[in-house]
Amino acid sequence: MKRLGVDLLVGLFVLLGFAALIFLALRAGNMSSALGLGQTFEVSAQFDNIGGLKPRAAVRSAGVVVGRVTSIGFDDKTYRAQVTMELDERYEFPKDTSAKILTSGLLGEQYIGLEPGGDVEMLAASDTIRLTQSAVVLENLVGQLLYGRAAEGSQQ
Amino acid sequence: MMRSLLMPVRLLVDFVAGVGQGALFFLRLCLLGLASLRRPRLVVDQMHFIGNYSLSIIMVSGLLVGFILGLQGYYTLRQFGSEETVGLVVTLSLVRELGPIVTALLFAGRAGTSLTAEIGLMKAGEQLDAMEMMAVDPVERVLAPRFLAAVLSMPLLAALFSALGVLGGYLVGVELIGVDAGSFWSQMQAGVDWFDDVGNGAIKSVVFGFTVAFVALYVGYRAQPTPEGVARATTTTVVASSLAVLALDFVLTALMFGAY
Repeated sequence: MKRLGVDLLVGLFVLLGFAALIFLALRAGNMSSALGLGQTFEVSAQFDNIGGLKPRAAVRSAGVVVGRVTSIGFDDKTYRAQVTMELDERYEFPKDTSAKILTSGLLGEQYIGLEPGGDVEMLAASDTIRLTQSAVVLENLVGQLLYGRAAEGSQQ
Repeated sequence: MMRSLLMPVRLLVDFVAGVGQGALFFLRLCLLGLASLRRPRLVVDQMHFIGNYSLSIIMVSGLLVGFILGLQGYYTLRQFGSEETVGLVVTLSLVRELGPIVTALLFAGRAGTSLTAEIGLMKAGEQLDAMEMMAVDPVERVLAPRFLAAVLSMPLLAALFSALGVLGGYLVGVELIGVDAGSFWSQMQAGVDWFDDVGNGAIKSVVFGFTVAFVALYVGYRAQPTPEGVARATTTTVVASSLAVLALDFVLTALMFGAY
C-alpha cells in the first residue's frame, strides 16, 4: 500500500513537471503558432537593404500574420538580400503583390508587410515577389535630411 | 630546498589527478545511473525523496519570484508606457535564466545537502564499507539511483518554477495592476520562442541537474568519515555547486544566446 502511494506521488510530480513544460511552450511561447501554421508555400523576394530583419520574423498583410521569414541570404550576382518566406496556404496573393520591410512601433521588431496588387494570377510556390521596398535605415534618413538642409541653404 | 622547489609541481600533479578522479567518478555515475534503470524501485524512491519533497519550496519560490519580477518590471516599464510587455519580461527572464539558476541553487540547498549528508554519514557509519564486504558496489547500489533521480528531477522542477513564475507575473500584472490580459499573453507569445528560449532553458536545467547531483554525491563520497568531515562536506556541496552552476550558466548563455 505504501509502495503504491510513493509511486503515485512520483507520477504526479513527473506529470506536473511535463504539464509545466507544455504550458511554457504553448501558452508562454510560440509553439502553438509554429504548429498551427499548417500547410505553407514558399516565396522569395530580393531587397536592396533588409535593415535588421531576422529569420522567423513575421510576414503580415493588413496587420495579420500570414507567414514567417524562413531564411535570409546574400545574392552575389545582384548584390541584394535574398529573403525566403513561407506563407499560409489558406491565403492567396496576386502576382504583383509588393513587399515592404516595416517596423512595429518606433523601436519594435522588423517584419515584412505584403500589399496585394491587382493581378488576376496568384502567387504560387517558389515564385518571386518583384516589387520590394527596403527597410528604412536611420543613417540614410539623417543623411537625406542634412543634404536637404544644405540644398535649401544654397538656394537662399 | 629541493622540496620547496618541487612544491608547485606537486600541487599541479595533485590538481590534475583530482580532476581525473572527478571525471572518472562522473563517468561511472552516468553509466551506473543508466544501469540503475533496471532497478526502477530504487530510482522512484529517490525521486520521491529528492523531487517531491522539493516541490513545495520550488513552487512557492517560483510564485514569489514571479510576483517580484512582475512588480519590478511594471515599475520600470511604466516609465516607457509599455506596461503590456511586463509578461514578456517576466517570462524571458524566468525561462532563460532565473528558472534554471534559482531552481539549481534551491535544489543544491534542499536536495544536494541531504544527499551529501546521507552519503557522508553512511561512510562514517561504515555502511559503505560493509556493503563492499558483501561484494555490493556502493556506487552502484547507493549513489547511482540518487544520481539518476536528481538528474531527472531537476528539469521538471525548473519547468515548474518557471511556469509558476509566469503565473505569478500574471497575477501581479493582470489581476493586481490591471494590465490588459490579451496583450499580456500576446506580447509574451510574440517574444518567447518555444525552442530558442524554452528549449534552451530546459537544456540548461538538465546541465545544472548533472552538476548539482555530481557535486553532492562526489563530495559526500569523498567526505572524511567524521562528524566534522560530514559537516564540512555539506557546506562544500552548497558552495561548490552554486559556484559551478553560476559559472556554467555564464558559458551556456554565451553559447546559446550569443548568436543574436
